[in-house]
Amino acid sequence: MRIGVTVFPGSNCDRDALYGVERMGAEAVELWHADADLKGVDAVIVPGGFSYGDYLRPGAIARFANVMGPLEEFARDGGPVLGVCNGFQVLTEAHLLPGALLRNTNMRFVCDRVRVRVETVDTLWTAGCDPGEELTLPVAHNEGNYFADPETLSRLEEEGRVVLRYLENPNGSANDIAGVCNEGRNVVGIMPHPERVSDPALGSDEGLRILRSVLVGAGV
Amino acid sequence: MGLSDFEYDRILELMGRAPNFLELSLFSVMWSEHCGYKNSRPLLSRFPNEGTRVVQGPGENAGVVEVGDGWALAFKMESHNHPSAVEPYEGAATGVGGIIRDILAMGARPVALLDSLRFGPLDGERNRYLFREVVRGIGGYGNAVGVPTVGGEVEFGRAYSGNPLVNAMCVGLIRVEDLVRSSATGNGNLVVLLGSKTGRDGIHGATFASDELTDESESKRSNVQVGDPFCEKMLIECCLRLLDEDLLVSLQDLGAAGITSSASEMAAKGGVGIEIETDRVPLRESGMEPTEVMISESQERMLAVVEPEKIDEVLLLAERYELVGAVVGRVAGHGDLRVIHDGEVVGTVPAEHLADAPVYERDVVRPRYLDDVPKLDPNELPEPEDYNTVLIAILGHPNLRSRRPIFTQYDHQVGTDTVVLPGADAAVVRIKGTDLGFAATTDGRGRHCYLDPRGGGAATVAEAYRNLSCVGAEPVAVTDCLNFGSPEKPDGYYQLAECIEGMSEACEVFGTPVVSGNVSLYNETDRGAIYPTPTIGMVGVMRDVSRHATPTFKREGDLVVVIRSGRRVSLAGSDYLEIVHGRITGRPPEPDLAAEKETADLVRGLVESGLVDTVHDISGGGEIVAVAEMALAGGLGIEYPKGAFERMTAGLGRGRADVALFGEDSGTFVVAVPEERWGDLQAALSGNAGYDYWIGTVGGDSIKVGDTIDVKLSDLEKAYERDLFEVHAPEGGHIG
Repeated sequence: MRIGVTVFPGSNCDRDALYGVERMGAEAVELWHADADLKGVDAVIVPGGFSYGDYLRPGAIARFANVMGPLEEFARDGGPVLGVCNGFQVLTEAHLLPGALLRNTNMRFVCDRVRVRVETVDTLWTAGCDPGEELTLPVAHNEGNYFADPETLSRLEEEGRVVLRYLENPNGSANDIAGVCNEGRNVVGIMPHPERVSDPALGSDEGLRILRSVLVGAGV
Repeated sequence: MGLSDFEYDRILELMGRAPNFLELSLFSVMWSEHCGYKNSRPLLSRFPNEGTRVVQGPGENAGVVEVGDGWALAFKMESHNHPSAVEPYEGAATGVGGIIRDILAMGARPVALLDSLRFGPLDGERNRYLFREVVRGIGGYGNAVGVPTVGGEVEFGRAYSGNPLVNAMCVGLIRVEDLVRSSATGNGNLVVLLGSKTGRDGIHGATFASDELTDESESKRSNVQVGDPFCEKMLIECCLRLLDEDLLVSLQDLGAAGITSSASEMAAKGGVGIEIETDRVPLRESGMEPTEVMISESQERMLAVVEPEKIDEVLLLAERYELVGAVVGRVAGHGDLRVIHDGEVVGTVPAEHLADAPVYERDVVRPRYLDDVPKLDPNELPEPEDYNTVLIAILGHPNLRSRRPIFTQYDHQVGTDTVVLPGADAAVVRIKGTDLGFAATTDGRGRHCYLDPRGGGAATVAEAYRNLSCVGAEPVAVTDCLNFGSPEKPDGYYQLAECIEGMSEACEVFGTPVVSGNVSLYNETDRGAIYPTPTIGMVGVMRDVSRHATPTFKREGDLVVVIRSGRRVSLAGSDYLEIVHGRITGRPPEPDLAAEKETADLVRGLVESGLVDTVHDISGGGEIVAVAEMALAGGLGIEYPKGAFERMTAGLGRGRADVALFGEDSGTFVVAVPEERWGDLQAALSGNAGYDYWIGTVGGDSIKVGDTIDVKLSDLEKAYERDLFEVHAPEGGHIG
């Protein structure tokens, strides 16, 4: 399987995501922001960082990058897309996912490891997890406080589209939401960084539970 | 402009004529202490700087040491104290940005950041503001630029009120054969400015940093530069790509004194001249004078020398990374730094003269205050009645409390190489694709250096050596920031000279040469000078990074052993003395460097061999604080065996429980091993020239020491984990 990782100016987890893809046993492909070309990849990861310096609003400028045209088309056609951290912010700005990420309620950047629960295995990025499985994953963000209007929130809950839920909420997110998916369940956005725990040498490879899920759907 | 009459006369002599305003400005910035080291140069030559692993010693943008298998580390620490005193967020942020560019200029990828910080006590609103904003600034820049902040340290003391210390260290990774030098060569080669546009920010920042802080300093806020980590991130990727494709002859960052400093240093090193056309420098604002362009300290800029046939490729790559790239001059044969504006030469100074600031040697006179630092007699101190309360108070003091509220604001995991996260004795980072790793630590002991400059200087190096040994790394080399008061005052100069002597002696014994560093003098306010605070950054190498240790108690039933290199535990200059008795006095025991090295190397061997994975050194607060930190990290308690503590008090404590519990000395470690490894540990320790003793078994949820201490971890935790950023009640002295 070939998995693309988008690189915007200011992305800084792109190399980590490429490494995570290697760790999951897939072929990593760099997707440069200025090229409107997904290079025929089977899945896309939009990595963390500070695309365009987070100027204006995290993700607000990245959504207009050339690579986003074919990416949006790929997502609408059911292609697997995972947004991690800043990638999650980009996907909400691009309206591929509902809601928005606000500043953490304590107004501080938070870098820590937090426990989350997998709330649904019916997505392309959690299909390999066990229902209700608990994972310990790193977070590192200033704007991870998930917000959506009450109707959207209840729809997400009813439709089982909350993908990850914090067991210790680090940022004030509504309903302790750490990740959501779109209606097609192929686009997933999460604040925690699975690629940062994809190697036992760093103390844990629990992130592979998420990353490798996309291989399950592909029958790899 | 900050030049003395004597210096002006010397310029006249060197030039053979009166300099014009622009030329004088160039001298002013280049002959500042910050750039020219005119007060510190003779003293700095004392530092040992050679070693078998040293690839690059002082004189380049950063020192470089070899790790193994062709990998090398480029590292350096630099101060940003003055800017942070007046504009803490940007001061700290640009401090981080500046040190990253130093590493980048060596051709290395920056892979780790550390910060050594000092502030006034948290009972002052201004101090809290400076602390909060400096930490935000470090995070704001480091997090965005994508280099993990993996370690550091902070202390609070009255002497730093109004004059915080912000020292940032960066470590970069590079293949030895890919190292870049900064000397300009090749007559006719082009000089290219990469990165941000140039504005009026930071004009005369170097001169500002070479003077005392006064009420007027606030008005120098405009001297402080503003950082753009987004641009820096692009600059890192662009420069590494340019080097990778072999498009550059040499590379230099722009720091203090801007183009002037970079161009004249590149020219002087290459023995060539450089001509800068100020009208070709892309500007952020209109109407800038050539002088302003030359000394602007706008951030996120690098200067490169490029062969003419490669210039198109260079500029194209700059564009790809959304950077300004412009040819602003050329290398020339004449040896001058020549400034040209609209085709006219507006200034000419021989580059070697700019690099040749006058040197001041002063008499080293022992300050009177040192006579008032008495030998401390512990018997004059009242013994505490309730040691539980004392332990809680010490662990809750801002100087010993958990640093979690700080390091959780820094992205310490980006890069997926951080093996040991912040909170341990040193950060451990792996080199991807190999078994190799490195460890890094920053340490400073201002109070100790104040009470005994030479001993404190040595103890600072010893502490770093211990911290690296704790995690299992072989200490290799040192970078330093010398933060002192005015060298023009006898006390300040004495402290500087003696600290350097002590540090040098320690570096010699430990075999850890000083390969890079920086000097920050004039750290004074109207309330006086700071504590003399040399901070050092030390790096160590690991052949097998999977074999490392942390302070955390990991298993119930582990046996805990204290390993000491000597028996000279003392309350002099200790945290206990300051926190509990409100006194800053006494002369701490001088470290026995040879014995300390032997013990540290022994402990490192325990980790390297895989026998031990739990180690912590005893530092501020003494043995019981070190043990409590290990217990709190693991959520597991410890009980000292019956009679053991009484023996400790009688022996080590010379009859005083507080000396045994809170006394400090150098060269001491606490390790824990599973019971089944006890025999192996005893065998390994049989060659120990110092002495070691069993203090208890890991388990339970409290710390019990004889009849003296019995405190629940949950009660300790409440004090220890208290948020450093919350508003504090005034700190009193006596609580015992």
